[in-house]
Amino acid sequence: MSAVQPEERLAAALARLILDPSAPPARHIAVGAASPIPAAACWLAAKSGHPVRLSLLHKRSGNPFTEGSRELFDLTGQGRIDLFFLGGGQIDGQANINLIGTGEWPGAGVRFPGSFGSAFMYLMTPRTILFREEHSPRVLVPRVAHVSAPGVSPPEVFRRGTAQALVTGRCVFRFDPALARFMLESAHPGESLASIRAETGFDFDAPAEVPVTPDPTSAELALLRGPVCDEMLETYPEFCGRVFSRAEVA
Amino acid sequence: MTPSSLEALAASVPDGALLALPPDNSLPSVALAKALVRRGARGLRLLGVPVSGFATDLLIGAGCVAEVETSAVSLGEAGFAPRFSAAVRAGSITVRDATCPAIHTMLQAAEKGVPFMPLRGVIGSDILAHRPDWRVVQNPMSVAPDPILVVPALHPDVAAIHAVMADKEGNLWVGRRRECATLAHAARRLLATVERVVPGNLLEDERLAAGTISATYVEAFAVAERGAHPVALLDEYGFDAAYVAAYARAARTEEGFRAWAEEHVFGRAASARAAAE
Repeated sequence: MSAVQPEERLAAALARLILDPSAPPARHIAVGAASPIPAAACWLAAKSGHPVRLSLLHKRSGNPFTEGSRELFDLTGQGRIDLFFLGGGQIDGQANINLIGTGEWPGAGVRFPGSFGSAFMYLMTPRTILFREEHSPRVLVPRVAHVSAPGVSPPEVFRRGTAQALVTGRCVFRFDPALARFMLESAHPGESLASIRAETGFDFDAPAEVPVTPDPTSAELALLRGPVCDEMLETYPEFCGRVFSRAEVA
Repeated sequence: MTPSSLEALAASVPDGALLALPPDNSLPSVALAKALVRRGARGLRLLGVPVSGFATDLLIGAGCVAEVETSAVSLGEAGFAPRFSAAVRAGSITVRDATCPAIHTMLQAAEKGVPFMPLRGVIGSDILAHRPDWRVVQNPMSVAPDPILVVPALHPDVAAIHAVMADKEGNLWVGRRRECATLAHAARRLLATVERVVPGNLLEDERLAAGTISATYVEAFAVAERGAHPVALLDEYGFDAAYVAAYARAARTEEGFRAWAEEHVFGRAASARAAAE
């Protein structure tokens, strides 16, 4: 079997977080726009035999919603979505995310696409996994320029959950909402605590010995390159071609 | 209802109108957006329902837009929307940032005919600080402190969608994209382009009725084959990723955008232009 792609390692790491027995159960997971690696992680969990319902907002044929994204938000409001993924142009050490931009509002420096549903989903979903491949001081900042969605809220504000973890191209962080701080959980191969500190703009906690993020098992790789890719080909042809070397069948 | 023409639909959208467009996966009328560029529309206020994509970037690039209210503007796998980004940098458009469920909720309030609706979440987002029209109030049903967001009803002047088919009555079939019905209910005027006109009455077919928007809400429609292109249309045709990627590359610069629009909106090929010059 050919070498593990970084995207495959990230998908396997996300799948382990999805299935974490210490977290609230993920019976129904929703995946939003332009999220091929989180989608691969969800399919990996499902194809590994775990009974998880997946609602992929951007699936074209057989889209799960008959009222578009409105139904996704209503489902989440009802408490029927257990886990969602969010990213950010900037993410800070209190797990605030910024999808607006830098510089003066609304992003006179660099404008990001916009907040999507994050300001709602982050508060209304029991579990959020933050995911951003780029791990650099420009993305992981001490304090976001603008808050699209806050990592923690005052006690009187209705909130079902917050970040479980932040997964990047260099490592996996756990989030502790009581402390509003990240803890380094594992470093991907080739990274160390020092290399991660150098590329992280915010302060975080770390264990004395930092574990290495495990590679996907050969069974996981076979699933990713086979049935997971089959499911993703229509929505993410470019990703499937690049990562799994699979071209779309016309 | 007699089918109209695409250019007549575009002519009926006044400069300065609040124009609602669905996102790239939910039946936007790209054909009407291109016709608005051809008619030289100005000062449009665009509403992304709840986000914005290809048609919005095109209208901004062509100088048709004064303001965008949306939860995000993106070209999907082709990346950031280049003309939107340039316009924000230049300060040539006003952006009113929202978050997706707030836009749906504002339209749902409009379709119910109530002045506002509450929505959970959002508190703690900086979006709120920039939306004086959104308020946080105490939940009147609770004795415990429970702040909750209320958002006002929003009635777009015009909504533009591309449906698969219309019947002779003017009923439109949108399949599973029933969120377009909420937009139709909330908007003061619904203009639609369609792939084709079919005989009979869609509402008399039990299997099609649920995916049908009643002609009650439809002001006018025109036939525009492949009117959603390059966006996907249900199971009729897929997303044209190569077309959007080529647009994204060209539209990185103002000149590139103009050349692209000359060819793909005005139908003047580069070679013909060269010959004329």
